[in-house]
Amino acid sequence: MEILVCARRVPDTSENEIELNAAGNDIEREEFVYSVNEADNYAVEEALQIRDRVGGNVTVVTVDGEEGEEILRRELAMGANQAALVSDDTFNGSDGKGVATILKAFVQKGRYDLILTGVQADDGAAQVGGMLAAMLDYPFASLVNSISVEDGKLKVSREIEGGNKEMNEIDLPCVLSIQTGINEPRYVGMRGIRQVASVPIPTSTASDLGVDQGAVGESAAKVKRVDYFIPAASKGAEILHGSREENADKVLELVAAKGGLK
Amino acid sequence: MVGISPQDVVNWLVPGRELFLALHVLGVACFAYIVWKRLVPLLRAQRDPRFDQPFMRLGRVFKFWLGQWKHPRYKFAGTLHILIFAGFILLAMRAFTVLIVGVSPNFVMPGLSGRTGEIYDLVTDYAATVVFLCMVVAASRRLIFKPARYAVPAKYGKGHTADAIFLLGLIALLMVADSLFAASRSAGHLQQGQPAEALAAFSLPWMLQVAIGSMPLATLRSFNIGAYLVHEIAFYFLLCYRPFGIQFHVETSLFSIYFSKLQRGTLKPVRWGVSDEQLDQVKSFGVKTFEDFTWKHMLDFYSCADCGRCADNCPANKVGRPLAPRFLTTKARDYVFQHYPVLGKANNSHPLIGTIYSEDEIWSCTTCGACEEECPLLVEYIDKIVDLRRGMIDDGNVPQSLQKPLKALESRGNPYGKIEKKRGDWAKSPELGPDGKIKVLDGKNGADTLYFVDSITSYDDRMQSIGRATAHILTRLGKNFGILGAAERDSGHEVRRFGEEMLFTALRDHNTEAIKAAGVQSIVTADPHAFNALKHDYKDVPPVEHISQVLAREAKSGNLRFNSVEKWLEDRGHVYTYHDPCYLGRHNQVYDDPRDVLDSIPGLNRIEMQRSRDRSFCCGGGGLMLFYEPREEQRMGVVRVRMAAEAGANVIVTACPFCMVNIEDAIKVAGMEGKMSVIDLAELVDQHMVCEGCPAQAQKLETATVGG
Repeated sequence: MEILVCARRVPDTSENEIELNAAGNDIEREEFVYSVNEADNYAVEEALQIRDRVGGNVTVVTVDGEEGEEILRRELAMGANQAALVSDDTFNGSDGKGVATILKAFVQKGRYDLILTGVQADDGAAQVGGMLAAMLDYPFASLVNSISVEDGKLKVSREIEGGNKEMNEIDLPCVLSIQTGINEPRYVGMRGIRQVASVPIPTSTASDLGVDQGAVGESAAKVKRVDYFIPAASKGAEILHGSREENADKVLELVAAKGGLK
Repeated sequence: MVGISPQDVVNWLVPGRELFLALHVLGVACFAYIVWKRLVPLLRAQRDPRFDQPFMRLGRVFKFWLGQWKHPRYKFAGTLHILIFAGFILLAMRAFTVLIVGVSPNFVMPGLSGRTGEIYDLVTDYAATVVFLCMVVAASRRLIFKPARYAVPAKYGKGHTADAIFLLGLIALLMVADSLFAASRSAGHLQQGQPAEALAAFSLPWMLQVAIGSMPLATLRSFNIGAYLVHEIAFYFLLCYRPFGIQFHVETSLFSIYFSKLQRGTLKPVRWGVSDEQLDQVKSFGVKTFEDFTWKHMLDFYSCADCGRCADNCPANKVGRPLAPRFLTTKARDYVFQHYPVLGKANNSHPLIGTIYSEDEIWSCTTCGACEEECPLLVEYIDKIVDLRRGMIDDGNVPQSLQKPLKALESRGNPYGKIEKKRGDWAKSPELGPDGKIKVLDGKNGADTLYFVDSITSYDDRMQSIGRATAHILTRLGKNFGILGAAERDSGHEVRRFGEEMLFTALRDHNTEAIKAAGVQSIVTADPHAFNALKHDYKDVPPVEHISQVLAREAKSGNLRFNSVEKWLEDRGHVYTYHDPCYLGRHNQVYDDPRDVLDSIPGLNRIEMQRSRDRSFCCGGGGLMLFYEPREEQRMGVVRVRMAAEAGANVIVTACPFCMVNIEDAIKVAGMEGKMSVIDLAELVDQHMVCEGCPAQAQKLETATVGG
């Protein structure tokens, strides 16, 4: 099975301190370290496991600048067969639809039976997977937390609110957005990354893919970020300012007072 | 036998000469073949250069093999073993003489003729008796008293009692046969009026001689030949049977100890003979299949006597984690016996994880070293565990709980994912001179000494107090010191011990460069893990000391003095006990310095826990172990805190930030808040040391709630 996984490089929320920039319309990114978006990493692991069960190839693609190589190398070290970087200055500032448009062009240059995305990016809106499926006219299932391959079809389960699961049959080719927890992604160490350091990663530009430049980039974006802020403490929210011990005691007291502890 | 010419000796064995010779040849050939088959996996193993320092190694053979150094740590079993061992050593010549006499009746072992021979015979009469009695005692221990450490839980395989009893019985039989042979010969001589060998009074041969002395000569002759045959068959059977079980250590222990690891606190490289630069070319890291072990580690598997002392002292085993060092060895031994059979072809290269070992088992080890400290045969465990982890890391087989901190160590140089820039933010205190800051050795500032802080003390709110206390002390002692600040990275001590060698190498190289750039003559640290890393894992860095070593020296010289706090201590009724951190104590032998410092505080009442010094009980492990979520029934720290309470202490002093984390948590988990507290040695010294112009100190002491 030919599997494509769309992955993204995001600031790692567990390794960064998120602060607003001076203008207040974005976060301070200077000291950031990045990693592959967590849900996308699960998607890659799932793709690798499917490949190891039924054979085939796993390709990981990302739409990014040169820095995107960093996560592609990590996914190659994990075991992906190929990686592809889709990069063009005209892509900058694309909204979700723009990214889906770019990915659609990439998909149509190849031949893939299954396309996986993460359920959403840490800083994203969980929209690219669905849009990509619609543009390709492929069936789509979101929040997938298990996949089994059957003849020409997949059986996937989806997470439903309240912890329930739903079983679906879906025809191939299709697009699935993968929920975290579907598997246990393998560890990639420095050694693995070093071993794929010289594997060539092809870059495709807008013209390589034949992307209509009017449909992507900032000018085509119909969704624009106008503000970025940390929500002000509103009524009902209480911020504790004591020491760690005091705060812990206070939290305990509050939870007990609301009947959360019996 | 003085005065008897060979012709006078009754020699009943002559007719059996051909049979005895055939048995000798068969026995020796079988043994040689079996040993050869046992050597096959060792020849396919990884290399391990252990042929250096012959004199030091011989010294260890004298101490640990001939001297049985570790055995008295278990008084009863140890004494029993020393008696058996001494008996075997003494009896070796006698056994060989008896074997040879069967084919060469007048043989006398060179050096054992005349008076020496007579004395030797008397001594070995007793030796055989003692060994026989020891077999009886050992068997009754196995069958009646059943010490808990011999038990084998079902998940680790079958019990070994039957095997043990069988072997004890065989040895007892050998002793009886040997004694009966001597007794019947001596009785025969007496009956024929020939000068008889004197048998040691009340020894086993002597008693047998008394019992059979008046029997007819023909019966004595049958006894003599029968005893000889039984002795010979039992001897060779035992010789050939030993390589199939725990008794193989009789042959292998000498080699295991000669080739034992010489350097504490160190780790074996990924592959011996492969430099760090060449590591990228190594196809596979660590131990994945049995053949990835080194030959010495395989020899360890053969040598283990299954005495259970390692598991008895293993904190992981104690708290119900799925690990007991003993079974790491016995499972590997079972594997090698099964896959390298004496008859048939080797069937090798199977993965070990998921078959004989579980992932949880291998991650459960805190590398505290209690097992290695205890093992009478100096079997190595930490290197094997780390090699198995290297194999799992290489296969991407790492618990999710460890992946985040490892990734953070890669991108931020600390397991918490905190920003590098803020690493030195803790280093502020009004007591640190006019600007209240610790000098950062960033090229602009120089110093004699580097205080290597490491991640937990840099970033953890609670542990920063240890950092500030250390800085206060160094300042007051007049040391010209500084920190690396943002340029410091995690020492990588646990990164390496969790098997992530390449990440460790990167951290080490970064730190080494930063340390060299700082241009210091010495390094001091308050973190035993960093201490061990800098001392053993790093190369070409200035000499490193743990703060307790500095403090002990300064206290001795009189430079470090303490306030008169007798009343203060008495008012609070504090009883202190010192908990040895594994990487300060066992791995680096720093036991006395922290104790000396504590004892130089006037009026401080210090007691010892039952498990202290080299038998200290691990608090739960440091570094990445704080992130690992083990399967366990209780926490090691809780066990440790209870030990302190049992000893009668109400303040635990430690000298390691990880011990602090674990013990602080354990006090809460055990519900002993208010009854037990914990303080770091540096914090305690900071509170009580004489310091002119430290008003804050007195004030702190007034409000101090823990430790004192």
